[in-house]
Amino acid sequence: MSRIQSAFATLKQQGKTALIPYITAGDPHPKFTVSLMHTLVKNGADMIELGVPFSDPMADGPVIQRASERALSHKVGLTAVLDMVRAFRETDQATPIILMGYANPIEAIGAVAFADRAKSADVDGVITVDYPPEECAGFVKELRARDIDPVFLLSPTTDAKRVELIVNQASGFVYYVSLKGVTGAANLDIVEVAARVASIREQTKLPVGVGFGIRDAATAKATAAIADAVVVGSRIVLAIEASNEANLLTNVATLMTELKLAVDAA
Amino acid sequence: MRLKSRHLCSKLIDIKFSLGDNLDYANHDIEEVKMQLYDMPDARGHFGQYGGTFVAETLVEALEELRVMYEKYRHDPVFLAEYAYDLKHFVGRPSPIYHAKRWSEKVGGAQIYLKREDLNHTGAHKINNTIGQALLAKRMGKPRVIAETGAGQHGVATATIAARLGLECVVYMGSEDVKRQAPNVFRMKLLGATVVPVESGSKTLKDALNEAMRDWVTNVHNTFYIIGTVAGPHPYPMMVRDFQAVIGIESKAQMMEMVGRQPDAVVACVGGGSNAMGIFYPYIDVPNVRLIGVEAAGLGMETGKHAAPLTANSPVGVLHGNRTYLMQDNDGNIIETHSISAGLDYPGVGPEHAWLKDIHRAEYVAVTDDEAMTAFHQLCRTEGIIPALESSHALAYAEKMAKTMTSDQILLVNLSGRGDKDINTVAKLANITL
Repeated sequence: MSRIQSAFATLKQQGKTALIPYITAGDPHPKFTVSLMHTLVKNGADMIELGVPFSDPMADGPVIQRASERALSHKVGLTAVLDMVRAFRETDQATPIILMGYANPIEAIGAVAFADRAKSADVDGVITVDYPPEECAGFVKELRARDIDPVFLLSPTTDAKRVELIVNQASGFVYYVSLKGVTGAANLDIVEVAARVASIREQTKLPVGVGFGIRDAATAKATAAIADAVVVGSRIVLAIEASNEANLLTNVATLMTELKLAVDAA
Repeated sequence: MRLKSRHLCSKLIDIKFSLGDNLDYANHDIEEVKMQLYDMPDARGHFGQYGGTFVAETLVEALEELRVMYEKYRHDPVFLAEYAYDLKHFVGRPSPIYHAKRWSEKVGGAQIYLKREDLNHTGAHKINNTIGQALLAKRMGKPRVIAETGAGQHGVATATIAARLGLECVVYMGSEDVKRQAPNVFRMKLLGATVVPVESGSKTLKDALNEAMRDWVTNVHNTFYIIGTVAGPHPYPMMVRDFQAVIGIESKAQMMEMVGRQPDAVVACVGGGSNAMGIFYPYIDVPNVRLIGVEAAGLGMETGKHAAPLTANSPVGVLHGNRTYLMQDNDGNIIETHSISAGLDYPGVGPEHAWLKDIHRAEYVAVTDDEAMTAFHQLCRTEGIIPALESSHALAYAEKMAKTMTSDQILLVNLSGRGDKDINTVAKLANITL
């Protein structure tokens, strides 16, 4: 059983919903990333989504685009990100790490070499935004052969037939993107999300995470009530952007505590 | 080469309608079309390992809707007739082929013929495609169209057809390009479009494309994204090629009419590659016609400051929804490109060009900014034609080739656009303030 799978199993026994914060590796500066990851865990992260900076983040809104640009200004690429995971693992062997990024950095290394290197850095899952299942069968095979979970996105426009296709490729969990549009976009409609999550559950036993549009304790709590995991991205990246070197970790810790309380209260 | 013949009949219908059935050379072409065997892409938009649909899940449904609707209308006689009508009466097609006699003599060697896409309404080949896609948008009931633009030609062509069809139009343009291409920005505004400067990334064409994709994914219910080149996710590379193929279809008939044979080589500039794909496509199955794509070598291939992924044999990667040759660093991040011509300043290239390179059906070369400028001035002075800087790259390579050929040989150059838009750039190079 992968780290992601056992984490979900444990949470389920405890009747809890996972809180999965997202940060972009190398934002605001590569020297903070590993400490930020530990801060996230100390303040309630059950897993971490670690963004791999990319020059052309087509599916991201302005907040995560800026994070990507800050990281790239310090030349943080996929190799550096894997080194950060390795450094994080020196003191944390428990928290699942899910890389989230775009296809081209993986293509540049090659699917097999990437899977090997991700495994050796002890990565648990990979979300590749622009690899729909039709285009990445070989890649998925390489990941699963190494017990790395390929995590896929489902959107409000994904029909039942595609959900079937996707859940057959996915493992670990599936990630329901609760909004049309890019990351950090407008407010979510919780009733609609609940209905969609319920129908996804009819098609798969995989845990269902929900993200996009979770911006405060209230939306986190409402989402936690219907999902197996709550993914918070832009809101955390905004807090990072608004911080300076001195208060960065404290600000992120405060926000995480607030989100954790909300998720646990659901 | 992948050989098949299944779409033959529908292709004949396409061609007949594209030409307009009142053109007397329409029937000329049919015998030759029967020989057409090339049939790419596959059902999911792959040209071998290239192309495909590499997009976020949020865009999959929109692309599927587009794919289905395009399949429905690409052979629909009423749709094709409407398209052909606009090409004739709004664009002014067919565009002529012109024998550049004086320039050919001066160069010494092969005879150079120019396919005059510069004479189209709005001044370039871009309008062939925007009309096709805008007519499709109307049929799909989308009242709003969006586009990305680099030099502004595609933006102007989109704004133009949007005005004519009464569609709302938003054009994304890198803020660097907004500065470099002020006249085209104003043109778009005159035509009623909203121009949105894009401040992210390198602030050029690729970033405009990213931003247009973000708009589309957010507003897909009422918005049609008109992509300007043979890139993007399936079905765009195929669809844009099909709409631009009118260039090559006309050329084949016109060459027969003018000289009784096809050229020894067809030469076209390649950024994303839509004008090249448009003129190459109908020639792919014609034996003994070399197809030559000319990329931008910028300051020189050896400097790395260019926009020539095919010539440089750049690594293969995924950007903007398709797999192709891509200029990138070791981490797979896209690197900045350089070309004097904004329209060629793109780090990738249409996937079908990548395929044609690999199967050796087309050859790809590059010429520098300086070489393109020299050809630009030569055409102005010897033929009375001001070419676009993009097209000047094709002219520059044609000149090099012609010199190695005999006077009974023929080169056909796609003069994809006119250079009026470039006069500020050219003046600036000569330190002249207009």
